[in-house]
Amino acid sequence: MEILTYTFFVTFLAMTFRMATPILLGTLGEAFCERSGVLNLGIEGNMLMGASIGFMVAYFTGNLWLGVLAGAFIGMLMGLLMAFLSVTLGARQHVAGLGITFLGMGLSFFLYRLFVAPEGGVPPTITPFRPIAIPGLSGIPVLGPTLFTQPALVYIGLLLVPIVGFVFYRTTFGLKVTAVGQNPKAADTAGINVFRIRYLCLLVAGALAGIAGAWFSMVQSSQFLPGMTMGRGWVCIALVIFANWSPYRILGGALLFGGIDALQTTFAALGIAFPYRILQMLPYLFTIIILVAVARRATYPAALLQPYRREE
Amino acid sequence: MRILWPVLSILMALGIGAILIAAAGVNPLTGYYHLFYGALGDIHAISETLWRFTPLLLTGTAVALAFQCKFWNIGAEGQMLIGATVATFFATSFIGAPSWFLIPLVIVAGFLAGALWAAIPAILKAKFGVDEVVTTLLGNWIILYFVAYLVEGPWRDPTSMWPESPAIADSAVFPRLVSGYRIHIGFIIAIFFAILFFIVLRKTTWGSQIKAVGANPRAAGFMGIKVTRVLITVAILSGGIAGVAGVNELCGTHFHMKGLGFFGGTGELSWGYGYAGVFIAMLGGLSAIGVPLAAFFMATMIQGSRAMYRATGVPSPFFYAMEGIILVCLLLGIFLTYYRIRRVKG
Amino acid sequence: MRRPPVVVKMVGITKKFPGVIANDNINFEASKGEIHALLGENGAGKTTLMNVLYGLYRPDAGEIYIRGKKVIMRSPNDAVGQKIGMIHQHFTLVPPFTVTQNIILGLRFPKGVLKVEQAEKRVVELSKKYGLKVDPRAQIWQLSVGEQQRVEILKALYRGAEILILDEPTSVLTPTETQDLFKTLRSLAKGGATIVYISHKLDEVIEISDRVTVLRDGKVVATKRTSATNKRELARLMVKREVIFRLKRPKAKLGRPVLEIKKVSALSDRKLLALKEISLSVCEGEILGVAGVAGNGQRELAEVIAGVRKAAGGKVIIKGEDMTNRSPSEIVEAGVGRIPEDRIGMGLITDLSVKENLVMETLQDFSDRVFFFPKGVFLNHAAIDNHADELISEFKVITPSKEALTKTLSGGNLQRLILARVLARNPKILIASEPTRGLDVGATEYIRRKLLEQKKGGAAILLISEDLEEILTLSDRIAVMYEGKVMGIVPARKAKIEGIGMMMAGTPLSKIKG
Repeated sequence: MEILTYTFFVTFLAMTFRMATPILLGTLGEAFCERSGVLNLGIEGNMLMGASIGFMVAYFTGNLWLGVLAGAFIGMLMGLLMAFLSVTLGARQHVAGLGITFLGMGLSFFLYRLFVAPEGGVPPTITPFRPIAIPGLSGIPVLGPTLFTQPALVYIGLLLVPIVGFVFYRTTFGLKVTAVGQNPKAADTAGINVFRIRYLCLLVAGALAGIAGAWFSMVQSSQFLPGMTMGRGWVCIALVIFANWSPYRILGGALLFGGIDALQTTFAALGIAFPYRILQMLPYLFTIIILVAVARRATYPAALLQPYRREE
Repeated sequence: MRILWPVLSILMALGIGAILIAAAGVNPLTGYYHLFYGALGDIHAISETLWRFTPLLLTGTAVALAFQCKFWNIGAEGQMLIGATVATFFATSFIGAPSWFLIPLVIVAGFLAGALWAAIPAILKAKFGVDEVVTTLLGNWIILYFVAYLVEGPWRDPTSMWPESPAIADSAVFPRLVSGYRIHIGFIIAIFFAILFFIVLRKTTWGSQIKAVGANPRAAGFMGIKVTRVLITVAILSGGIAGVAGVNELCGTHFHMKGLGFFGGTGELSWGYGYAGVFIAMLGGLSAIGVPLAAFFMATMIQGSRAMYRATGVPSPFFYAMEGIILVCLLLGIFLTYYRIRRVKG
Repeated sequence: MRRPPVVVKMVGITKKFPGVIANDNINFEASKGEIHALLGENGAGKTTLMNVLYGLYRPDAGEIYIRGKKVIMRSPNDAVGQKIGMIHQHFTLVPPFTVTQNIILGLRFPKGVLKVEQAEKRVVELSKKYGLKVDPRAQIWQLSVGEQQRVEILKALYRGAEILILDEPTSVLTPTETQDLFKTLRSLAKGGATIVYISHKLDEVIEISDRVTVLRDGKVVATKRTSATNKRELARLMVKREVIFRLKRPKAKLGRPVLEIKKVSALSDRKLLALKEISLSVCEGEILGVAGVAGNGQRELAEVIAGVRKAAGGKVIIKGEDMTNRSPSEIVEAGVGRIPEDRIGMGLITDLSVKENLVMETLQDFSDRVFFFPKGVFLNHAAIDNHADELISEFKVITPSKEALTKTLSGGNLQRLILARVLARNPKILIASEPTRGLDVGATEYIRRKLLEQKKGGAAILLISEDLEEILTLSDRIAVMYEGKVMGIVPARKAKIEGIGMMMAGTPLSKIKG
């Protein structure tokens, strides 16, 4: 079957948006907390917990949205833990983040085995989110299947982009967050509560990462597999830098990575043989190259990685 | 204080672990009994634990060395895999070669491969200021998929059911130390590197420079230490030791190069030992004495969890959950202390 | 003429910190339309008093009355509510933000949505009204220091401040910018604002203030109408001693020049030119003091000589050999001792032990051949221990043990540690940057004595210090740096304070008469 067919193209585009979603959600959340000066390396653990707990709740209650909420909630809890460690206690953010990741990796697997799927059994499945066709718009050629016939989480992700942009650039909250990340002392003097802002941003980041995790076990597949996030959390971290903390560029980057993932899946779905493992390598390789290319130019929030201490 | 918090956090975590065991419907005391007995209860169990201990000691040492220099090498997993991959190449190509030639060859090859793989993020950090946490981590996935490509494609053993390479030469297999038990010469190699770590850190100028660069690179540079050079040499040694861990698994445990593991993000061969190395390094306080102890503890946990599962049904990822819980308890402990000290001072 | 109403009244303010009484029962008042200066040396308590007024500190005793009503300041928010604005010495601006963004940071907007255009208009209004020219859309990092200060003032005015506190505002301004500031302050005062002007600079206080309150050691010494006093009287009140500068100093026995800096240029961290073809030389047996306001290239000069900053041009010649851009180890090997300005960040590794810090610069010297390993691989711990013990006792470093972590040492002992490490090698050339900054009298005396000892022993010493008294006390010759150049070099015995002051402010020696 030829590659340059209409079917392939449309399938590929639709897949791209789908697969970009977890990266989009995770990166938007990470952008929030990094903008306020906290690097959240625990995002991978957050996502896994979101995937695992979300799946379990959906499985037991039969309600997918409850699962998503549970994922968001558990993500927030982990964000809270990260905030306590790095903002209140002033722990080195690298180390705190790694701790959260390990916690998420281990607990997600253990709890899954404990509550849902003892070893040796058949892994339980749920009915994942089905694409929702937006009446009218989904009939448009190309754009219809791509943008308007997607599972709900994809719409949420896309909607969040302008919302996050608005918050960052046009609200007092966004201004405060940016100030806290650039010069916490100035923000403090201006009467802003640096700790509260950072806590809030970490909660947002945690929630979004949790929802991103839910995507894995409730949209892309119908079950939970240990470690199923396959390092997407780390891609999110790099993507924030690449996109210079701007939500629209984050969308672009997420689509790029989603596209690579989609390429692989589409080939498989259409039965085309391709060294797909090499393709799978590409997002990670790309990310490193981007990091190097951007390293000098990146305008980091100046206070990134530094815990804030007020001298009385 | 370096001893206090790891021990306290282990105790705290065991307490939390008791809750997890209870959630499985098992009496925690019974659970822990089976865990510790299963890991250390008889000679056979101890030898299995020591067998498990070997790669953990290697990756723990590798990571601790890098962390001493504040080079956050999270890439031990990938360095293991690349070490094993290169070793596979030699071990499957030189079938007729004698052991005394082949085994040192694969070890050196594995070391160099891991060293090179770790040197890349180090150079990126030194030259471009790119954060090594992300680059070493991403490197793991790159190697993971590359290995999967190899064993599913060009290196696939046509006679086997699973995607794996052909078996390595018999002469490349690490000889057992005591017949009847799984523990092999890899154990000696691991001890060797642990001692090397000790000597380097305590007794050499290089070791002092590593600690200086880790504590304050600016001042180290002022005092004449060539910071970049130290960073890169540490990365090389760290990656090399992790690479040897990979060779250890190839020639001591699996005998074939294998692909993706059952945990996403780890190789069937590397099994998450690379990440465990990070945990072990931190729990061991980055010290040459603490790391072996932490590695032994982790080995006990892993073996014990399996035994506990067989005896009581508590899911075997128990050790995996404990890893994270201990780490978070450790972090809470250490930083709560700093926090309270600061409150008292200020 | 009716006396203007008292707007700020502070009664019996006392504020203590561990070990020191920063404000001791201070009474202070300022009236509407007045520019009232707070004069005193560093550490006299001026900033503390105003921090109390601004709500940053809670006083241990005393009361504050604003416009006749007693108020309790719990935080700067309360102060802003009382229409007080404070412009600190170190600006609290966010560099990538625009002027307007900085000004509206922290203010409430309806529904949380920023109204930037509206704010910009108001900023322009205010800036026109008070002559504070600034582009509301410019980003802070693009502005000069003087312009940034205007933004800080606008920040306060935007919030309706009628009482303005300025803390050492001219320490970072050029003379022209200072005059602009004074114009603005006068215009604000005429409009009814009350201005408190903290300074240690006599000239400015005389020029700008209506009244002046002198603080010394936390107490009010006097409050006078500026027109009724003069510089000499104020200086005496500030310091209470006739300033005696000259110590008995042996005449220098000069040898050859051993440290020569020829037309060296270098960039600062901000990639601007910090050293502009600067030339100096220091001979054996002399102390060359480098004076100047901080930030004129002194740090970069020390770093170039020390080998930690690249010289973009020119030569550094040590004992006749060209050592430009050599590594720090080579420079130490060549016999240069370096006492860096930043003790904790650069001079010492505080997480390591005292012992390790004493030997880290020259580890090779404590290493022997072991088996087939050449010298330089394995450490000789016994030699290190001995060396450390000797130095600790010789330089009287107070530490629980040589294994103790360096961060547990006090400031004076940290400096002794650095001194010990440096002097142990008997360097022929010493670079000392701010060697007594932040130290108590005893430690200061010790360090200065040691420097003089080294000079007597024939060393060539380059002393860089912001403390003019220190320069005058110790130096044989004095060089004054301004904006990366040497304004002039004068023999210390003949130096006149006014002349040095003018050079520090930018006038080259050749233009100074007498």
